[in-house]
Amino acid sequence: MVSFALAVQAALKMEGPAVQWAGVRYCRELTSQRVVRNGLPQRNASHWDEGAMCEVLVNGHFGYAASADLTQSGLQESFKRAVATTAAASSHRAHCFESHHRASASGSYQSARARDLETTPLDNIMDCLLAASAAMDVSDLLVTRTAQAILVQTQTQYYTSTGAQTSQQFDMVSLNLSATAASGGESQTRTWSRTAQLGGEVFDKHLLVEEAARIAREALELVSAPNCPSATMDVVLMPDQMMLQIHESIGHPLELDRILGDERNYAGWSFVNLEDFGRLRYGSELMNVSFDPSRDHQFASYAFDDCGHPARKEMLIEAGVLKRGLGSLESQARSGLPGVANFRAASWNRAPIDRMANINLEPGTSTLEDLIGQVEDGILMRTNRSWSIDDYRNKFQFGCEYGQRIKNGRLGAVVRNPNYRGVTVDFWGRLAGVGRVDEAHGTPYCGKGEPSQVIRVGHASPPCLFRGVEVFGGQA
Amino acid sequence: MSTRGFFEQVRQEFDALSETLFSALEVGEDLTLNLAAEDTLFIRFNGNRVRQNTDVTQRVLSLIFHVRGRSVEQSLTLSGRQDSDRPAAIGALSRCRVEAACLPLDPHQVALLNNGSSEEEFRGSLLPPVELISMILDPAAGSDMVGLYAGGALIRANRNSKGQKHWFATENFFFDYSLYQGPKAVKGVYSASVWNSEDWAASLRRSRELLALLARPVQEVKPGAYRSYLAPPAFADLVGMLGWDALSAAAWKQGRSPLKKLVEKDLRLSPLFSLEENFSLGLSPRFNAQGEVAAARQPLIQEGEIAHLLVSSRSAKEYGLLANGAAEGESPRALDVSTGSLAQPDILAKLDTGLYLSNLHYLNWSDPVSARVTGMTRYACFWVQGGEIVGPIQNLRWDESLFSALGSKLMALTQEAEIAPAVGTYFERSLGGARTPGALIDAFNFTL
Repeated sequence: MVSFALAVQAALKMEGPAVQWAGVRYCRELTSQRVVRNGLPQRNASHWDEGAMCEVLVNGHFGYAASADLTQSGLQESFKRAVATTAAASSHRAHCFESHHRASASGSYQSARARDLETTPLDNIMDCLLAASAAMDVSDLLVTRTAQAILVQTQTQYYTSTGAQTSQQFDMVSLNLSATAASGGESQTRTWSRTAQLGGEVFDKHLLVEEAARIAREALELVSAPNCPSATMDVVLMPDQMMLQIHESIGHPLELDRILGDERNYAGWSFVNLEDFGRLRYGSELMNVSFDPSRDHQFASYAFDDCGHPARKEMLIEAGVLKRGLGSLESQARSGLPGVANFRAASWNRAPIDRMANINLEPGTSTLEDLIGQVEDGILMRTNRSWSIDDYRNKFQFGCEYGQRIKNGRLGAVVRNPNYRGVTVDFWGRLAGVGRVDEAHGTPYCGKGEPSQVIRVGHASPPCLFRGVEVFGGQA
Repeated sequence: MSTRGFFEQVRQEFDALSETLFSALEVGEDLTLNLAAEDTLFIRFNGNRVRQNTDVTQRVLSLIFHVRGRSVEQSLTLSGRQDSDRPAAIGALSRCRVEAACLPLDPHQVALLNNGSSEEEFRGSLLPPVELISMILDPAAGSDMVGLYAGGALIRANRNSKGQKHWFATENFFFDYSLYQGPKAVKGVYSASVWNSEDWAASLRRSRELLALLARPVQEVKPGAYRSYLAPPAFADLVGMLGWDALSAAAWKQGRSPLKKLVEKDLRLSPLFSLEENFSLGLSPRFNAQGEVAAARQPLIQEGEIAHLLVSSRSAKEYGLLANGAAEGESPRALDVSTGSLAQPDILAKLDTGLYLSNLHYLNWSDPVSARVTGMTRYACFWVQGGEIVGPIQNLRWDESLFSALGSKLMALTQEAEIAPAVGTYFERSLGGARTPGALIDAFNFTL
């Protein structure tokens, strides 16, 4: 392979505008997608992606050029383009950066996993997916029975003129099962997923068949269940909905680049201001939220962000009070606030921006039974289905796949189309109980940025109880 | 490299790789190739300053391989160097063969055909960064402008082992921007294939005029049902939801279509509402990943009733339907909504009292079976009383069924329609867009 170190040194000596700093971020990724629907192969696709982003600091402005030509001359061509555009842009730069706004750490990372993904045979994967799809085939009403596996192997390397040299290798899997039951004009879907840094050990046929049978049963329950009632009531949210609640109403509003306005033309701004850190009461005293890229197997764990900054766990919210934002070295320099190692890019062809990694709600002291036992009249909701929030991250409306009534501290009948809405800080102030056992979930599809990027995020949470929430169902 | 040079180089590379791969096929094997390539300059602005600039050159080659009733797809990023791309492409073909041997039969595989050939190339004239940045920023001096410029060459090409050849190449740009005044903002998009300072100044002037209206006192509007005018960008967002499974034949058959009740004639929309796929807008190529060519115009909804769903050849085979050149995901690629009778000067008078909405934000199905959608208002949204704009509103959440909003509540559509070019940049620059009029909707349901 070409020497990135050599390319970086050559960039510093190029003719033309002085290059204060240079770096190369290399990314190689193999993504395989296997889909079975109704017992038949639906899609078998793999994508091999490889390229490098050449980064320069010219006149106090960082700029980028990306190409998949990884020869020495290809990298030099990218550096030339980066320097030319960056020099032209530098007289209009938004901030004056220095080379110390890139880290100079060295080290490596490898996802925790028991079995290499690369050595997992395709027929083993197909066998698991076909078995899961078959396990959903228990009624003619189950019109769609899908099993999907997405396997991702990513390798990144980062070299800079100030000595950073990091190498990271990620093995990631997203397993998704989906059962749709239809009867008359009604149709309901139940899903199960496992999205994490894992290896071939994830293909556990017994587990997949068990979960497939459960979601098929629950889809059938839903299709004949009554609509969720409309009322203000207590809500218990399970971890596979808490994930979305954390993501939309904590993760995005705490991104410092968003607070600094970078995202205003696309996803929007934030109700959080720079002065709010250390002061704003974000939620009840039960609320403790961390940025934790160090948890084994969680989807967005890593040792270094994409400017080589070593990553470690930091508390964002403690006892309900906002403490720290999600800001990279660049955002920390622009805002004067402490941040985290979260400068991340979707791939070699996008510049890094402030992203979530694993944003987790720390466990409390209650069992699930304790939480349900505290509810006189409410709903337990599982698995996100619908999500929408305003551009300042205040007014949200979220929907779930599966609801169960809670009456006098006991779980009761299944209801379909459970939805709830609220306003972020008011809602988190209603947090009245936090479970003591968490579950980690993740998604590969967090969208942000211009040009746009999807990034992998993870969210661990226990079940949580919220008091007095506006709940409603589907159209009768 | 010039755009002409990029087009020519990529075409030569694609042709050479195609010949290499087709000549490597064995008896009983078939292959479709798709290429997506671009050479793009992205410049991100914040506060009327440059936040990030990124030059991206990328080429992705996809192989769809058929053998003995099995289907495998492999795609790879090309470097643009034959010495590395040729062995990489041959390697991808080898992996297709290995995987096919492990897979069960795919009974819905559609046999490859020669669907003909086509060629479209649109050249533009884009400015180099050193001129461009000043051209954008200088007229906006004094404004809090944030946005994205994306410009350069875009290519989509398709060939198959039966002799089919399609080539679509274009050079263009968009500048998607917001002007802020405190927390309030207006949205604009300027796109073309040749930068024109007068057109940019006109776009900026319209945005500034709208921004001035946002300086009026903010009106408190409580949740409730209000007559609302959705300007073309807002209506494009609402109608855009139909691209999420609603017009897909496969989604209907698989129990996922929010328009199931419309397809099965349990309900109908307003006779005022018609839409079609209209490739004559020139926004995207007519060929899909199989190289099938859609009709130049394909009615989808006519006077409130389904005319055609989008049917891919795979869905056609599985469900016994007639394919109409739809892409695999069966989403519209060139949506065109018919205009109506509402004249531009009459909009506020017909609205009388209610909400003027320039843009919507973050739409999602809230109850798919009822085609109910939730979302937010965003940007220049006003309370209107007696046909006069009173002042901007605090943004509102809404939750409304398309069966109502495009049905009994649809009062009128404007005489003029606007083209909203695709400004998506996930993975690659998008092609396509939509043309929509504005819409006057009665009792639109606001919830928070």
